[in-house]
Amino acid sequence: MSRQQTHKLAVVVLTAVAAIVVIPIILVILYVVWQGLPMLSWAFLTEPPRNGMTEGGIMPALLGTIILTFGTAIVSFPLSIATAIYLAEYAGDNRLTRWIRMAIVNLAGIPSIVYGLFGLGMFVLFLGFGTSIIAGSLTLGIMTMPVVISTAEEAILAVPQQFRTVSLSLGASRWQTIRYQVLPHALPGIITGIILGLGRAAGETAPILFTVAAFYLPELPRSIFDQTMALPYHLYVIATQVPGMPLQIQYGVALVLLLIVLSFTLVATLVRTQMRRRREW
Amino acid sequence: MAAANQPLDASIPPDEIAERRWGELIIEGVIRVAGISSIVIIALIFLFLLREGLPAFLDIPLRQLFGTRWYPIEEMFGLLPLLVGSLIVTVGAVAISLPLGLTTAIYLGEIAPPWLREILKPIIEVLAGIPSIVLGFLGWIALAPLIQNLGAPTGLTAFTGSLILAYMSLPTIISIAEDALYAVPKEYRDGALAIGATQWQAIWRVVLPAARPGLMIAVMLGIGRAIGETMAVMMVTGNAANIPSLGSGIFFQPVRTMTATIAAEMGEVAQGSLHYSTLFAIGIVLFLISFAINALAGRLVGVEGLRRSRGGML
Amino acid sequence: MTDPLIAVRNLYLTYADETEALRNVSLDIHRNQVFVLFGPSRAGKSTLLRLFNRLSDLIEGTQRRGEVLLAGRDIFAPEVNVSALRRRVSMVFAVPTPLPGSIYANITYGLKLAGVRSEEELGRRVERSLRQAALWDEVKDRLESSAFALSGGQKQRLCIARSLALEPEVILLDNPTSGLDPISTATVEESLYELKARYTIVMVPHSVQQAARVADNAAFLLDGELIESGPAARMFVHPQDKRTEDYITGRFG
Repeated sequence: MSRQQTHKLAVVVLTAVAAIVVIPIILVILYVVWQGLPMLSWAFLTEPPRNGMTEGGIMPALLGTIILTFGTAIVSFPLSIATAIYLAEYAGDNRLTRWIRMAIVNLAGIPSIVYGLFGLGMFVLFLGFGTSIIAGSLTLGIMTMPVVISTAEEAILAVPQQFRTVSLSLGASRWQTIRYQVLPHALPGIITGIILGLGRAAGETAPILFTVAAFYLPELPRSIFDQTMALPYHLYVIATQVPGMPLQIQYGVALVLLLIVLSFTLVATLVRTQMRRRREW
Repeated sequence: MAAANQPLDASIPPDEIAERRWGELIIEGVIRVAGISSIVIIALIFLFLLREGLPAFLDIPLRQLFGTRWYPIEEMFGLLPLLVGSLIVTVGAVAISLPLGLTTAIYLGEIAPPWLREILKPIIEVLAGIPSIVLGFLGWIALAPLIQNLGAPTGLTAFTGSLILAYMSLPTIISIAEDALYAVPKEYRDGALAIGATQWQAIWRVVLPAARPGLMIAVMLGIGRAIGETMAVMMVTGNAANIPSLGSGIFFQPVRTMTATIAAEMGEVAQGSLHYSTLFAIGIVLFLISFAINALAGRLVGVEGLRRSRGGML
Repeated sequence: MTDPLIAVRNLYLTYADETEALRNVSLDIHRNQVFVLFGPSRAGKSTLLRLFNRLSDLIEGTQRRGEVLLAGRDIFAPEVNVSALRRRVSMVFAVPTPLPGSIYANITYGLKLAGVRSEEELGRRVERSLRQAALWDEVKDRLESSAFALSGGQKQRLCIARSLALEPEVILLDNPTSGLDPISTATVEESLYELKARYTIVMVPHSVQQAARVADNAAFLLDGELIESGPAARMFVHPQDKRTEDYITGRFG
């Protein structure tokens, strides 16, 4: 076989493999949409499940996921953004900083089920929160910290150094410089990180298994110390734990979950491109 | 005029805007404390895993802990089948995703026309956003029957899990591999082309070897992802805590991974029982594995490089 | 002779990588003059300039010995309010560096931080500083438009105006005409004559020619050492040190 033939063969093989990677992704999404779309209705979203979950809607699970997403945000952002500011603006090149970076990288690598165990051990049992929204939010919040920290830090570092120098030279203190010249310009990037983190939290199952998720709970939670249903766990339950579950409902839940999570990604991308376009420098 | 001029007073004043200073000191203090929060959190995670899981290591004889029987009802807590289960699923996943991911990265970086790349990359990124439970659900409801039709006794096998895991880790592997290939100096490639190599030869002989450290990272993070994945794996691997018999069919038997064991059994155990702390002990094992993978990967590219690679995986 | 406004006494500065940026530098800068620091690249001119308002603090790991006195007081003394110091000793950078935002916002940024609240006062200062920087007529109708929309020369005059708005005593100019065309350069140089009536100007020039054009007094630095300093009229005509002469006549640098 000549060299040119090898080259042509290689191109064909590479293209075929790329198709093997991409086509299933498209099929999976189309399939879920196609199967789940008939289920999608206002009633499905706003009614509680009935008759052993084999009828009715998904309102408590949907609402639970929304509540948990908010809870995650409240736990994760202040801490993550403060950490990002610290790393980008205050940390020196020293051992402590390296330790912090090591810790963040390692946090990112810990399996989500281990976060679930941690949440169970610390928040549910040790702190006595029980299986509750607060325990789940804390667990999910901590789990999303690495992604929020690293996107936020990147966004902060992307603000041109000269803005800081100029601000300081005009008599601003370090914090005033961060407050008026760094954070406003880093905001789009920070928001992108936040939304990506939340999207991840909204779709996670393992961390909420033992910390908040209820198998079946038609009533809505009344306080942050109550359990709640959540969409990812609900999908797991109706797919594997409830015999005779109509397939349509299962696909409907899968579609709603998929739409929620993908819309987070979409919004994050939009925020980023929109803000980039408006940037002056 | 004079009043407005006051803060600019001629003599260098000691802190005259004392109130603002206090506010700033507090904010900066909070930021500094938050800075070390990640260290505190990782320590807490390890501490609470130990607190709940240590009794397993103390009360179960080591020989039993590394035994081949996971049969909690009879107080048999051999972790070996679970370790082997995780291993098989992971090896299978990496064996599928690495060639697929690497080839796709090469395709995207070297062959695909720009307009096609602009379409394909977002599609692959969308894959990274699909919740694992949704993929697990599809594996359970659509893929498993398909595999059973191929002639396996059941569709819920290690292979089914590997396949789903492979696709889950593809976005990571592709993005890290792309970065690694992209980082190869253009001169290398041009040099190879200049002496008459075809584009393919240049990629194979020059670009790939130069990108090796980055590709190693892709593999390791892929492994980390595969070992830690829970829901998708739990739904499609059949959850049989046996050590599969060796041979060509090893990937086509039901297995049970460490993660799936925790997820499936924690809901049913009594808090404080031996079974309970053994599940935490499995958590400790997973925690240590993820640590080891990071340490290894960090040694290859340093914390900075690892952080950047992680960016793609997070 | 009156006391100098800025007095440098036996100043040494070493960077974290052990390079000595300044070695035993001593000099006096008097009020209401243009003082030029010139010399080849890496002579320590910009380093010295940045010490005068402690922007040098931003570089990690530097070691400093010796004193810089402003009106007789050590600017590195622990009780010094650095923000107030930087308002008194204001910096204009080599590359025009507007902040994102309007022309108006650029000029009022430092003022607001300094506690000037009244809109009336802010407006008055904006106009006065823009007039002093010879920019008012060009921008008076578009104060709310983005500072990035200005030309290079206009941006640099905006930066000068931004410093002037703080009513500093000293203006540090770090090669302020490096990116400018000859006409913009001339505009900036001309404005120096008017500015020195009110302010003291310390400048790192773009070239020896520029130094000779604008300086009242000058100091020649080489490899972190002060070779000689004195009135410009003498320095650029009869330098005392052979190295100064070689540099001025273009034999190196």
